[in-house]
Amino acid sequence: MTRPVSLRAIAVAAALFGGLSAAQAQETIFYSTQLRPIEEATKVREVLLKGIPGKVTYVVDEPPAFAVRMKAETQAGKRTASVVGALHGELQPHVPDDLQPIDDVAAKLTDRGIPASLMDLGKLGTSQQQYIPWMQATYIMVANKEALQYLPQGADVNSLTYEQLQQWGKNIVDKTGQRRLGLPAGPTGLLPRFFQGYFYPSFTGGVVTTFKSADAEAGWNALKELWAVTNPNSTNYNFMQEPLLAGEVWIAWDHIARVKEALALQPDQFVAFPAPAGPKGRGYMPVIAGLAIPKDAPNRAGAVAVIEHLTKPETQLATAAEVGFFPVVKAELPPDLAPGIKALAGAVDATQNAKDALVSLLPVGLGAKGGEFNKVYMDTFQRIVLRNEPVKDVLEAQAKVLDALMKETDAPCWAPDKPSQGACPVQ
Amino acid sequence: MSARTSWIPYALIAPSVVFLGALFIVPLVQTIWLSFSAGEGPSLDNYQRMASDLNFTLAVKNTFLLTLVVVPLQVVLALGMATMVTKLGKGRDLVLWVLTIPLGISDLAAGLAWLALLQNTGYLNSALYALGLIQGPTGWLSQETPVALFFAVVLAELWRATAIVLVILIAGLQLIPKEFAEAAEIFGAKPWTRFTRITLPLLKPSLQSALILRTVLAFEVFAVVYALGGRNFPVLAGEAYVWQNDNQNYGVAASYAVLIMAISLAATSIYLRVLRTSPEQLP
Repeated sequence: MTRPVSLRAIAVAAALFGGLSAAQAQETIFYSTQLRPIEEATKVREVLLKGIPGKVTYVVDEPPAFAVRMKAETQAGKRTASVVGALHGELQPHVPDDLQPIDDVAAKLTDRGIPASLMDLGKLGTSQQQYIPWMQATYIMVANKEALQYLPQGADVNSLTYEQLQQWGKNIVDKTGQRRLGLPAGPTGLLPRFFQGYFYPSFTGGVVTTFKSADAEAGWNALKELWAVTNPNSTNYNFMQEPLLAGEVWIAWDHIARVKEALALQPDQFVAFPAPAGPKGRGYMPVIAGLAIPKDAPNRAGAVAVIEHLTKPETQLATAAEVGFFPVVKAELPPDLAPGIKALAGAVDATQNAKDALVSLLPVGLGAKGGEFNKVYMDTFQRIVLRNEPVKDVLEAQAKVLDALMKETDAPCWAPDKPSQGACPVQ
Repeated sequence: MSARTSWIPYALIAPSVVFLGALFIVPLVQTIWLSFSAGEGPSLDNYQRMASDLNFTLAVKNTFLLTLVVVPLQVVLALGMATMVTKLGKGRDLVLWVLTIPLGISDLAAGLAWLALLQNTGYLNSALYALGLIQGPTGWLSQETPVALFFAVVLAELWRATAIVLVILIAGLQLIPKEFAEAAEIFGAKPWTRFTRITLPLLKPSLQSALILRTVLAFEVFAVVYALGGRNFPVLAGEAYVWQNDNQNYGVAASYAVLIMAISLAATSIYLRVLRTSPEQLP
C-alpha cells in the first residue's frame, strides 16, 4: 500500500479552504481536467452548459491535482463533485475506487449514436460503463506555408511518409540552415503519445509486442535521422503552437488542442494535415475525453442531466465550434466554422479516412502505471536519439522494463497489438 | 511574577511548535516512510529504482556541480558588494534596494525572465544578430549545448540568489565595531590586511548562516533550471518532481526528497563544524 496518508489531510484542507465546499442541494459541481484555459472555461459556462435545469458550477483543475483530489475525497468520505470530465487515461486510475458504474446513463443515451467502439472504451476494461464519451480529438501535423516550397518532389502533405518528412526537413536545413521540424519533447509535451500512437504503429504495426522487433530497430534508426533535421530546442517544447507562431518551427506534430492557437490566430499562415505513414501504415491515436460520476456524488440527478445535455448532437456541434474538440456522436459539422477550426477538422477527417489509417488506442489497464509506461518510451528516446546509445542494446534493456510493467499491471494488449490472454507480452 | 514568566515563553513558542509539528515534522515522517515502502513492508526498492534511473547520476552530478560553482561565486560577489555598500554614504539605501530587487521575484519568474533573454527568439539573440555577430537565431538552452545551458543556469542563479547572501553579510558587517579597523589602520594595516585579518574572521558567524542557507537552497534548485532547460539539465529536485507528477510514482519521488534532505543535512553539519566560532571570538 503506497497510497500517501497525507491525501486525507489534503482533503480536509480542501474542504476547509476550497471553493467547492459550499455544495448546495440543487447545485451540480462539474469538475474537469479539460477545457481549462479561461477562454474555454468561459465558453463552457456561458454557452455549452446553458439550458440545463438547476445550477451547474464548472470547476477545472490540472490532471495531477484532479487525481489527488478524487482519491482524497474518497478517503475523506466527502464528495464535492457530482460529475467529472477527464481524458480516458486520467479516469482509468479511478476505477473502481472513485467512480460509480453508470450503465443506466448509457442506456438512456442509446439514441445519441455514439459508436460502440467508443462506448466500449468507456468501460475502461471492466464489464460496466465507467464513463460516457464526451468529445474527441487527435494529433495532427501543422506546417507554416513557407515550408511548403521545400516539400520533396511528388510528396503530398495529406499522404506524407516518414521518409518524405525527413527529406522535407533536410531540404529546409539545406536551404535555410535551420532545423525547422519540431516535436513536443518538453517536460509536459506529448511526445510519449507520438511513440505509442504514431511512431511504433507506423513502423512496427504494434506498440508493446513489437517493442524490440527488427522493425522497431529500423524505425529508431529512421527517427535518429529525423532528429538530425529537428530543432534541438524540441526538448523544451510543450505546446507546438508557440514555436510555430514564433516562426522558430515550420513543421510540427502535436495534439490539436496544442496547435489550435496557431491555426486560429493565423489561419492563412498555417496548413494542417495528417501525421506521416510508415512501412506498416499511418498510425494515429484518437483521444477521448469522458464524463463520469464519482462514487457518492452529492447530486446524481444533476450529473445525469449534465451528461445528457453535453452529448446532445447540438451541444456536440457547439463544442466543436467553440473549443475545437470534435463530436463523439454522429453530427455533421456546420459549414460556417471559423477557418482555423475548419483546418483542424479537415486534418482530423483526412487522418480518420486515410486509406492506410492504423488506429492505435489509448493504453488500457495500466492504472496508475500510465506515467511509467510513458517513461519507457521517453527513456528509450533519450538513450537512442539524444545520447546516441546502440539501438539494439537499449531496446533489449527497455523491453525488460516494459515487460515487467505489463506483468505487474497484468494489462492485456490493445490495438494495434493483437489481443492477448493475460498481460501483453513483449516479443 | 515568576509564576507568570514560567509559562509565557512556552505559550509564545507554542504556535510555531504546533505549526512546525503539523506542517513539517508530520509530512517529513510520512515522506521518509513513503520512500521506504514499496509493495509489502519496508524495503529499499524505491532507492534502488532511483539509483538505477537513467538520469540519476546526471542529476547528482549536475546538482553538485551547480552548487560548487554557484555558492562560492555568490559569496565572493556578495562580500564585494557588501563591503562596497557599507562604505557608501549617500544613496546607500537606494543601492541596497536595487541590489535586493531579485529577492522579491519568485524563482520561477526569474527563470522565465532569463528564458526571455536567452532563448532562440530572446533579447540576447536579437542583440547579437543586430550587431552582426551571429548569422541567425542560435540556441543555447538545448541538450545539444550542455555547457552553454550550464552557464545560463549559473548566471540566472547568481542574479537571483546573490542578494540573500548580501543581506546577511551586510547585517554581519554592521555588527563589527569600527574601532578594530581604526586601530589596525593606526598601526598601518593596509585595506586588504584589514579585510582578511579583521573583517573576515569577525564575519564568520554571518558567513556560516549565509553558506548554510545558500547551500541548502542550491541543492533544492528547481524552478530556474526547469524554466531555462526543462529536463535538458536534470537536477535532483527536478527528478523528484518528474517522478511525482509525470511518472506518478510517489515512492521514488519520496526517495529523491529524502536524498536531498540527507545531502542538505550533511552540508549543514559540515559548515557548522568547519566554521565554528567560539564565543570569545565574537565581536
